[in-house]
Amino acid sequence: MRPASQAAIDRSLEELMSRPATKLDVAEIAEIVRGIVGTLHGDLTAGEAAVYSELDGLAQIIRNAKAEIAEIRPDEISSRHLPVAQDELDAVVSATEAATHSIMAAAEKIEATAAAVGGEHADALSEAVTNIYEACGFQDITGQRITKVVRTLHQIEAKVAALLAAFGDEIKPAKPAAPQETAPADGAMPRDKELLNGPQLPAAAISQDDIDAILSGKA
Amino acid sequence: MAVDMNMPILIVDDYKTMLRIIRNLLKQLGFDNVDEATDGSAALLKLRQRDFALVISDWNMEPMTGIELLREVRADARLKDLPFIMVTAESKTENVISAKAAGVSNYIVKPFNAATLKMKLAAVLGNF
Repeated sequence: MRPASQAAIDRSLEELMSRPATKLDVAEIAEIVRGIVGTLHGDLTAGEAAVYSELDGLAQIIRNAKAEIAEIRPDEISSRHLPVAQDELDAVVSATEAATHSIMAAAEKIEATAAAVGGEHADALSEAVTNIYEACGFQDITGQRITKVVRTLHQIEAKVAALLAAFGDEIKPAKPAAPQETAPADGAMPRDKELLNGPQLPAAAISQDDIDAILSGKA
Repeated sequence: MAVDMNMPILIVDDYKTMLRIIRNLLKQLGFDNVDEATDGSAALLKLRQRDFALVISDWNMEPMTGIELLREVRADARLKDLPFIMVTAESKTENVISAKAAGVSNYIVKPFNAATLKMKLAAVLGNF
């Protein structure tokens, strides 16, 4: 069908509106609508239609990507996974620092004893102690490396927060992390895989006294 | 001229482990008069309160870094000639060039051993 001109559509609409509502002909209305639609199509060049189609495709890709990102719960990355990772790394730094000081304290005692004893073995002991001091430098280096990793985690956290802000309400906040349980609530024994928790952070770990109490049935 | 083995030395590092390592290694080399600071600003305060013959400083510290401390020392009329050894994990060429430009006396990269420390001390202070 050839598209109607704008003037023809205007004339038809004026004539139609001048009539009482009871005398409106559905076929005439349909003809006017077809004319309008034809006009709309006539305004788009082939190039514009292609661009429109590409934009529509891009919009669909963005919708799909947002749905997929929402599915992997980025809010959990910032609310759960990153804080846990940072706490674990802080614990590594603290534990290695404490262990290094213990090693050095022991080495200092050996050095003092060697000096007191004297003799041919004193030099050998002193040399070994020097090697221990040198090796203890690892704590400084690993500490600095871990600090860099923690800084990177903070940057990732900021990016994820920006992503979440861009999503707005499309991603509902994750529920607060449930405390880790070693046994299911119904009292059944956990599966072996569920027991591979690794070392606990100091605040979450139970003491040897707690363990002894459990084993002796006093807990 | 003989090196004064009782010279006051200031070691600066934000890691207590490293302070303890350097202190022990210096003690093994015969240097017993050692004081400590955990960042550049604390070190600068000590340097302005009493006389030191040598500074051994880390680079990466807060709030004042080792390179900032070095610049402060070189800009101070009383401290400008003080021997200053940087002991750091910063091992990029640009770091060494910057430290040299700021007037560092020597530069030791971590991890280091006692032999390296002795060699650099001798280069700065003279053989001992």
